[in-house]
Amino acid sequence: MYPAAFEYHAPTSVKDALKLLAKLKDDAKLLAGGHSLVPMMKLRLAQPGHLIDLRKVKGLSGIKEEKAALVIGAMTTHWAIESSKAAKAKLPVLAEVAGIIGDPAVRNKGTLGGSVAHADPAADWPAAMLALGAEMVCEGPKGKRTVKADDWFVGLMTTAAKGNEILTAIRVPVWPAGSGAAYMKFPHPASRFAVVGVCAAVTLDKQGVCTRAGVAVTGAGTRAVRARGVEAALTGKKLDAAAIEAAAQKAADGVDVQADLQGSVEYKAHLCRVFARRAISEAVKRAGG
Amino acid sequence: MAVTEERLFGKAIKRREDPRFITGRGQYVDDVKLPGMTYAAFVRSPHAHARIKKVDAAAARKVAGVLAVYAGEDVQVGGLPCGWMLPGIKVPARPALAQGKVRYVGEPVAIVIGETPFAAKDGAEAVRVQYEALPGVADGKKAHAPGAPQLFDEIPKNQCFYWTIGDKASTDAAFASAATVVTQPLVNQRLIPNAIEPRACVASYAPGTGDLTLWVTSQNPHVHRLLMAAFVLAIPETKMRVISPDVGGGFGSKIFVYNEEVVVSWASRTLGRPVKWTAERRESFLNDAHGRDHVTEAAMAFDREGKITGLRVKTHANLGAYLSTFAPLIPSYLYGPLLSGVYKIPAIFCEVWGMLTNTAPVDAYRGAGRPEATYLLERTMDRAARQLRLDPVELRRRNFIPPFTDGTPYQTPVAFAYDSGDYAPALRRALELAGYEQARRDQAAARAKGRYIGIGVSTYIEACGPAPSAVAGSLGAGAGLWESGQVRVHPAGSVTVYTGSHSHGQGHETTFAQVVADQLGIPMEQVEVVHGDTAQIPFGMGTYGSRSACVGGSALVKCLDKIKEKGRKIAAHLLEAGEQDLDFKDGAWSVKGSPDRKKAWGEVALMAYLAHNIPQGMEPGLEATSFYDPVNFTFPFGAHVAVVEVDAETGAVKLVKYTAVDDVGRVINPMIVDGMVHGGIAQGVGQALWEHGVYGDDGQLLSATMMDYAMPKADGLPSYTTDRTVTPSPINPLGVKGAGETGTIASTPAVANAVIDALAPFGVTHLDLPLTPQKIWKAVAAAKR
Ligand SMILES: Cc1cc2nc3c(=O)[nH]c(=O)nc-3n(C[C@H](O)[C@H](O)[C@H](O)COP(=O)(O)OP(=O)(O)OC[C@H]3O[C@@H](n4cnc5c(N)ncnc54)[C@H](O)[C@@H]3O)c2cc1C
Repeated sequence: MYPAAFEYHAPTSVKDALKLLAKLKDDAKLLAGGHSLVPMMKLRLAQPGHLIDLRKVKGLSGIKEEKAALVIGAMTTHWAIESSKAAKAKLPVLAEVAGIIGDPAVRNKGTLGGSVAHADPAADWPAAMLALGAEMVCEGPKGKRTVKADDWFVGLMTTAAKGNEILTAIRVPVWPAGSGAAYMKFPHPASRFAVVGVCAAVTLDKQGVCTRAGVAVTGAGTRAVRARGVEAALTGKKLDAAAIEAAAQKAADGVDVQADLQGSVEYKAHLCRVFARRAISEAVKRAGG
Repeated sequence: MAVTEERLFGKAIKRREDPRFITGRGQYVDDVKLPGMTYAAFVRSPHAHARIKKVDAAAARKVAGVLAVYAGEDVQVGGLPCGWMLPGIKVPARPALAQGKVRYVGEPVAIVIGETPFAAKDGAEAVRVQYEALPGVADGKKAHAPGAPQLFDEIPKNQCFYWTIGDKASTDAAFASAATVVTQPLVNQRLIPNAIEPRACVASYAPGTGDLTLWVTSQNPHVHRLLMAAFVLAIPETKMRVISPDVGGGFGSKIFVYNEEVVVSWASRTLGRPVKWTAERRESFLNDAHGRDHVTEAAMAFDREGKITGLRVKTHANLGAYLSTFAPLIPSYLYGPLLSGVYKIPAIFCEVWGMLTNTAPVDAYRGAGRPEATYLLERTMDRAARQLRLDPVELRRRNFIPPFTDGTPYQTPVAFAYDSGDYAPALRRALELAGYEQARRDQAAARAKGRYIGIGVSTYIEACGPAPSAVAGSLGAGAGLWESGQVRVHPAGSVTVYTGSHSHGQGHETTFAQVVADQLGIPMEQVEVVHGDTAQIPFGMGTYGSRSACVGGSALVKCLDKIKEKGRKIAAHLLEAGEQDLDFKDGAWSVKGSPDRKKAWGEVALMAYLAHNIPQGMEPGLEATSFYDPVNFTFPFGAHVAVVEVDAETGAVKLVKYTAVDDVGRVINPMIVDGMVHGGIAQGVGQALWEHGVYGDDGQLLSATMMDYAMPKADGLPSYTTDRTVTPSPINPLGVKGAGETGTIASTPAVANAVIDALAPFGVTHLDLPLTPQKIWKAVAAAKR
């Protein structure tokens, strides 16, 4: 309830924020929506000496439409994405994911950037980022760099971001016509985070053959991962029920499934397969297949 | 029964307390602000079982703003008392702060007092405690096994008590001659109460007078005062005032005297400054008394007609590491005597082992013993129906106790004599509302398509309004179980009502005002209800066991009888008429036959205080106090029907439809009763599907946050269909039975039975609670193999 003492900073530009970060180093934490960080501070699991609040930093929120991508500012809230016309038109699965995070209060505070930077193993966004092929835009003392989602989630609550960097935006490619995507999760009965969540995206050609698939699993392991075996099994096939089922069987391959109160390794691996099948089937349906 | 015409009784009047609650204007313990306030934080054991080698507070004392640190023997008070004794019980000493050993994770070891909550917390983090870890045991049955870790040297095998009820010989005979025997092992899992307002206390000692005021989240402020003043602090009750202001839910967990308020009170006296402590949610999980935690073997004997001939029950009740205030009562007298349910059972024998383990103490939690008994009975009835190839509804009907509504009680073989009951109509109505026959047809059609719908029924009884004090005393109670009431009429006619019961969500301010206003024929706005302050209210027993209306309400009725009697005398005197010639109606006494000769309530009240013209020899004033001791418990009952659908692929359960028909006797405010039923159902569904206080084998609490412990949420619950039958209780003047716990008691088995029914095609006959997706999936997967 009562966090350890800390100092509060509220810079108004990325530049100033980076300066503070350079000065305070490991003793500082960036604060976005605070919906992961503040609970940890209240439990004193995190005791940063300084908080650098990003909420007053200009240019970090909002959704920009580029030709083949949506560029979402790191400070964009889940609710802003859930209700975004651009997202609904170009990448409706983003609105779908945003809409099943926590509750309205959480969605109005929590941010995409915060979730992706926090890399909670049971968070919803990472599955979508991986499946859709998003890129993280970071700014550091040496300028901007872009990291592919595949390279971003490196371990339990760890990302490729360096300590002196700020995640400023997430670029999510818009998939071409003939594509569909879906996210389905088995929610934890208490936290509503994903016990298992699967995001699937497919592109079908005129004959209904899958030309591209992105499938990723969150919740089951220590980090969200691409289900490359599933993707390979989908690509080049006509996605009837049997093909989907066969591909989904590979959903837990490469996931370091963790047992906990919600389920054994066996059960969670089973859920990966079930939710892969369900998400892929829905994605195919949305792709017009 | 009240003769007054009732205008308000039975009306769904909106709760008067709600505007202040929903606009954030309630005054809870944490809202108390006093000059010079200090704040407490507790250092708690991270071990389930360990020897305390050393408590080093040097660093903590140096933290800026820390005023004091106390550990173990520093706190010079008596141990926490246990308020209920059973024959042969061994009561372990329970120091306010751990001494020598810690026995569960979260046990308070030291207190740090700071100028701010932050300082206190920083100080608590800086206290270094050296422990020598010992092996622990968290499971009540394992604690009994040879070689199990021992919590207390003086309590061998960790067995705190062995208790039985019923008749062994006749039960053995029933089983020997049974046509069918149904056995049902079951676990009633540990639950963690989680009132929305965490426990809190503010103690303020006035050095000038020696008076101690304690604001505490209590369901029974007088009991708190009695136990703390007499047994813990050793001060006269006159030197202690306990105030329990607005309290945000208790569900039993706020009945008991806990370490924190004891230590905080002592610290305030020691420091001469007020001290505040408010639990963090995690502390609530770790140190609020938990509920349930039984491991049971049940067996039921049937004759050829499917009539129950005997019931045998063996239960290991996990009591936690120490005895909480009423811990021994819950798995004994609130459990065994309920085992006849609504059924005619000629022979019952129940054995209970009260076990100490390295877990948080267990005590009353909404329903307290009755949900355990009801779950056992109703689950076993369903299993029996399966075994006997009977519809579960039919089996229940065959075994119902026939109606008894004329005041003649029904005597069970396990001590209770039920006040009144008529069980079949409630079941009939519930089945009708649930569309039972159609649901069975839908179920068959769905199964053919590979969808698994289940229908579960529970017919329950519950015992409310504890209790005749003499009976309670003979069974081991450390207190009486009557209730007090006081009605004080003011000169202009408005009325203050003082009740010894306590509202922490129940709506007393509305319900009692309805009763009083009705009986006096005055508007509700003229009635103020006061509770929760030992300085204002006569000694009272508080609220638990759904007793406020039937016991507390009856005490008020007794007061009103006295007030009306005196008022009538004054009115008769003023009207120069005989007392027996007066009618009392719509707030006025009038002469029979000449209704315009009358004296209004206000005129009589005023005259009582002016005393210019009252009968000779009469004392001025108009107020009355009553202590009402009920002659029996009351026994609400009803029938609940749940319909679920199970996703056989993932094991997920969806509660599709829920129907509840309850008989709580006469209903004062149906909206409040509905609210009680709704909340109760949610809680019971929570036990069936989600909630579980899980200790690892090492005694760590694995479900100690809201991220891990699954409380019921609105999106997991359907809109309920509720209805009532009304069988008035003959034992109290209001005819009420009690409505606080029925939903919790009835819904757990209804939902559990529905889930097991859904899984019938897989040959599943039983799964333990909570019915989590994983358990269900495992059972289905096993059946498919
Ligand atoms: C009750 C509740 C329910 C929830 N349910 C869900 C759910 O169902 N699914 C789900 O996925 N999540 C859920 N969450 C988490 C929620 O989505 C969080 O908001 C999110 O995970 C973190 O975002 P934030 O903006 O709150 O980040 P913060 O809590 O402010 O920050 C999280 C971490 O990321 C770092 N960080 C933040 N922004 C940046 C940045 N721009 N650059 C670099 N580092 C940064 C911070 O330093 C911190 O370490 C829930 C949270 C709560 C409280």
